[in-house]
Amino acid sequence: MSDEMDMEEGGTVKKFMFVNRKAPYGTIYALESLEVVLISAAFEQDVSLAFLDDGVYQLMKNINTEGIEMKSFSKTYRALEGYDIEKLYVERESMEMRGITEDDLVVDVQVVSAAEMADLMNQQDVVLSF
Amino acid sequence: MKFGILVNEGPYQHQASDSAYLFAKAAIAKGHEVFRVFFYHDGVNNASRLTVPPADDRHIVNRWSALAQEHNIDMVVCIAAAQRRGMMDDNEAKRQGKDASNIAPAFRISGLGQLVEAGIQCDRLVTFGD
Amino acid sequence: MLHIVNKSPTERNSLDSCLAHAKKGSKVLLIEDAVYAATKGGAAEAKVKSAMADVTIYALQPDLAARGMADRVIEGVNLVDYGGFVDLVAEQANCQSWL
Repeated sequence: MSDEMDMEEGGTVKKFMFVNRKAPYGTIYALESLEVVLISAAFEQDVSLAFLDDGVYQLMKNINTEGIEMKSFSKTYRALEGYDIEKLYVERESMEMRGITEDDLVVDVQVVSAAEMADLMNQQDVVLSF
Repeated sequence: MKFGILVNEGPYQHQASDSAYLFAKAAIAKGHEVFRVFFYHDGVNNASRLTVPPADDRHIVNRWSALAQEHNIDMVVCIAAAQRRGMMDDNEAKRQGKDASNIAPAFRISGLGQLVEAGIQCDRLVTFGD
Repeated sequence: MLHIVNKSPTERNSLDSCLAHAKKGSKVLLIEDAVYAATKGGAAEAKVKSAMADVTIYALQPDLAARGMADRVIEGVNLVDYGGFVDLVAEQANCQSWL
């Protein structure tokens, strides 16, 4: 427990990006990566989330997991703002390829082009992939 | 340089754990420090004390243990991922009312904060997964 | 940035996605099943050759050898061992794994 509470890192702030490229529920990566994101909030780092390829599907509205008997984690994306995690980047080309738009998404995001996403990725100190 | 390593997959099923191990070994051979190896998702299964792989093939759990013990590497298994997958140390087993524990001694169970902390404290964090 | 790709280009879109995001001057390292992308006659040959104009491509030699593909590497792909892999990570300011 105590190592969770010890956040004195000498004030180092790094840019952390969590890259999401996989669809939700078919595998656990979307859920478990979100769990890391929530923990990262406690460390006061510069956190952003990137959604590209099938990762854009994680943010769909109207998720109803009753039939597959899994717990839905859709609400958690809306809760991120309360943790001061506000930089959610969704790639335009990935959405277009999948026929989805910003209106389909459960939370406010910043839609970026692949080129802009590449720039964002390049600027990070730590990129975590799941 | 101080390296952190994230292992997202279990032993044998994917090459991730092998690649991570050989990377860690090479980093040490080059004079770098491997600060922490963090096991997440099915990666927690790399900590099982109970594996009995064929004798003529590599013993993934044992070689991670040996490397960690020889070079003082912190091998952390994520508690949330471990609970889902039934990986327990003695404390956890007692807490959860389970009749057995199965973590190999070179590994310790801790929170996701240890992954974030590795990102902050290490110069480089490399992800091995599927 | 060092981009690390580990899945075969004919199994997953990770290599495509990586190349669509690897900025000019960055480095791409193929490991595990992604080394098939570094082979002559492979499905990704043209794509990889064309990417070489902008990024430097590396392949992990032990993974090529393990797959019986060490004798047909595309010219211009740089082979490294695990030590070379470590060097690439150390010398680039950051790294990203395309899983």
